[in-house]
Amino acid sequence: MSDFSFWVILSNLLLATRWTIALSLVAFASGGLVGLALLFARVSRIGWLEWTTKAYVEFFQGTPLLMQLFLFFFGVALFGIEVSPWLAAWLALTFWTSAFLTEIWRGCVEAIPKGQWEAADTLAMSYMQQMWHVILPQAFRIAIPPTVGFSVQVVKGTALASIIGFVDLTKAGTMLNNATFRPFLVYSLVALIYFALCFPLSWFAHRLERTFNVAR
Amino acid sequence: MSLVSIQNVRKSFGEVEVLKGVSVEIARGAVVAIIGKSGSGKSTLLRCINGLETYDAGGISVDGIDVAAARADLRDLRRNVGMVFQQFNLFPHLTAAENVMLAPRVVNRESEIRAKELAREMLAKVGLADKAGNYPSQLSGGQQQRVAIARALAMRPNVLLCDEITSALDPELVNEVLRVIEALAKDGMTLILVTHEMRFARDVGTKLVFMHQGKVHEEGPPKQLFAGPTTPELVQFIGASLH
Repeated sequence: MSDFSFWVILSNLLLATRWTIALSLVAFASGGLVGLALLFARVSRIGWLEWTTKAYVEFFQGTPLLMQLFLFFFGVALFGIEVSPWLAAWLALTFWTSAFLTEIWRGCVEAIPKGQWEAADTLAMSYMQQMWHVILPQAFRIAIPPTVGFSVQVVKGTALASIIGFVDLTKAGTMLNNATFRPFLVYSLVALIYFALCFPLSWFAHRLERTFNVAR
Repeated sequence: MSLVSIQNVRKSFGEVEVLKGVSVEIARGAVVAIIGKSGSGKSTLLRCINGLETYDAGGISVDGIDVAAARADLRDLRRNVGMVFQQFNLFPHLTAAENVMLAPRVVNRESEIRAKELAREMLAKVGLADKAGNYPSQLSGGQQQRVAIARALAMRPNVLLCDEITSALDPELVNEVLRVIEALAKDGMTLILVTHEMRFARDVGTKLVFMHQGKVHEEGPPKQLFAGPTTPELVQFIGASLH
């Protein structure tokens, strides 16, 4: 049982890492798309739309990601619908990511000075024209660093999907530990791999932040 | 008939009444300078004309369009009413030419070629033909304000509102902006300026409106009012601002 060599452990972890990366990418992309749609609703100046979006954001920000995973995995099963761990993890992470990105991006939109809206207003531009041509291009610049920074949270968030049986890096680590009884080695490697995924992202986010600060 | 008609307009911010029944008639081609201490309501009055602020009572009409009635969609009104701001409010992510082209492109649906021509023409008008490709951050304050004027003119407004457009400029840059405004006045553009430039108000203006405590305290031909103000408040204001 314990004749697993170091290289066997490492190669198995790296194979599972593919799933961590895949889930991160898919969740971030779909969360981003949903987040963008919600952003428009959040700053639409239409009362009920803003409130509904706000409630959505508060719910997903105010409850643990693990509970959200359980709700999708076990909750939906109550209605007789079979949910695979992959689907549940993807859905939960999409909702969770979209809530945080909406909130980050709302802050960026609101950071654009009021004078920009007024100037566009007096040029007879419609609300959507103002958003599209004046506000979003500026908000986009300031949104890039915190958005890239948040992608680190998404990568780490995927670890929770292991609890509902999704075989990602964390789950592979647990399985290898059960087989080898070398928890310190296994989890050290798991942590190192997560770090290798996340560190370049946060380094990149810091770099972008500096670039955009200089350019201002 | 007046181009801009302001009748008995009242406006409060919470408990504070900033406009207490203001009436002003502005003829086509007039150059109206609105002066007064800060807090006298002059900027608020200007911002009511194009619907940036709402008013509580009275009426404003521009070229026959009632501002309050147009509330739901002010775009038709704003096509005819240009505005230039104290802080320029240029779009920082666009070049000077793109700033001027944007509204003609997306609001008036002009072709790219036509909009470019228009931008070149308008930038030439404000003396910045050579700065078309520069971003606002690469321009001086005076140049930025002139781009802002070109941007407003590109919509071919009937009237141009200027809200303290030289107040944020270094003293040596004020004149280049005022010269542009003076040329517009000579072209027959209707101008309504909230300003602290007394000399300019006197020499270029066709009408002076002195606001005091939310009311029009005195109005008339600028040269006449500067030579012989009748109220002690205007005497004091002119005296204070010429020193």
